[in-house]
Amino acid sequence: MPPSNWPDEIHRVLAAQRVRIVGYVPDAGHKRLIELCHADAGIRAVPLTTEEEGIGLAAGAWLGGEKTALLMQSSGVGNLINVLGTVKTCRFPLLMIVTMRGEQGEFNPWQLPMGRATAAVLGAMGVSVEAVSSASEAASTIETAVRKAFDAQESIAVLISQRMIGIKSFEEQANQ
Amino acid sequence: MSATLHRREVVKALLENRGGLLVVAGLGSTAWDCTAAGDSDLTFPLWGAMGQAAMTGLGLALARPERRVLVVTGDGEMLMGLGSLATIGVQKPANLTVVVIDNERYGETGMQATHTAHGVDLAAVAKACGFGESRTIVNSSQVGSLRSLIHERPGPHFAAVKVLAERLPLVLPPHDGVHLKDRFRRALPGG
Repeated sequence: MPPSNWPDEIHRVLAAQRVRIVGYVPDAGHKRLIELCHADAGIRAVPLTTEEEGIGLAAGAWLGGEKTALLMQSSGVGNLINVLGTVKTCRFPLLMIVTMRGEQGEFNPWQLPMGRATAAVLGAMGVSVEAVSSASEAASTIETAVRKAFDAQESIAVLISQRMIGIKSFEEQANQ
Repeated sequence: MSATLHRREVVKALLENRGGLLVVAGLGSTAWDCTAAGDSDLTFPLWGAMGQAAMTGLGLALARPERRVLVVTGDGEMLMGLGSLATIGVQKPANLTVVVIDNERYGETGMQATHTAHGVDLAAVAKACGFGESRTIVNSSQVGSLRSLIHERPGPHFAAVKVLAERLPLVLPPHDGVHLKDRFRRALPGG
C-alpha cells in the first residue's frame, strides 16, 4: 500500500468548508487526520468516550450555528443506533467519516460482524452512505458530503475502505 | 436524608429571569419541568437521545462561547451518559452548567430506583472528571446560590439537586423536532 495524503486532503476540505468542531473516537486509520485537527487553531478537536457523544455534540453545535464532523471506526457505528433517531426526527445535519474494519485485510475476526453490518445499520436509521475505495476520491467525496449535510440538512456517513488504510496486523497497528 | 425540594419549584427558580441563557432539557420529567417554568424558543427539549443532554449542551457551549448554557436533566438520563462528564471535563467550557434534577427514580417508566438511590454520587463523579464547582443541593438557599454559578461564574459547573419523587401533571413542550431545532436557531442571533 503506497503512502497517501488523503487525510491531509480531507483536513483541507473540512477547514475550507468551515467545519469548526471535530469529535472523534480514535481509530488507527484516522490517526493523521486527528493530529491535523488538533494542530489546526481553527478547529476544536473533541475526544469522545463513545461515538454516541458525537451526536449530542454535533446537534448542540448546530443549534449554536457551527458545523461538526465526527470521526470513528465502523465498530463505533453500532454505538449510534438509537441516537441516530434524534438526528432523523429533528433533521439535524450530520457528517461522519468512518474508517472501515472487517473488510479486506482484516486481522481481527471479532471486527467482522460490525464491519459487515455498518452500511446496513446506517441505512436502516436513514443515514446516507458514500463509500470511498481509493485515496483519489476522498477529498471530493467529503466536499460533496459537507455540502449535502449542512446545506441540505442531510445525514451522511462517508465510509473509508480498509484498503486505503492498509494495516494488516496488530503489530502494524501498534506501530502507527 | 430524604429530599424536601420540589422539582418544579427548583427548575422555575433556576429559569426565572433567565436573560440570554440557552437551555437544553433532558428527555422526560426535566423537559416537562422546563416547559412548566415557561416554554422558550431558546430551550431545546429532548424527546429522545437518552444520555445525550449534557453533550448537546457541550456542543452548544463550544459553538457559542459568549452565551451561558444550562443543561437540566434527570438522574437516569445522566447515568446513561456518564462518559460525557469526562468529555466535558476535558473541554472545560467556562459557559456550561449541568444540573441534574435527582429524584433517584426513572420517573417515566414506573418510578424504578436509579443508581443514585443506591448511593452513586453524581456530583463526586463530575468533580473527579474536572468540573470546577460540583455540588449536591438539598435546600432552597443552595438553589439560590446555584443561580450565580449558572449565570455568572466561569465553569464548567455541575449540581445534583435532590428532589422529592413526585408524580406531577405532564406539561409537554412542542414535539416536532424540526420545529424545535428551527425555532432555536432563529431565536439565536447568528445561529
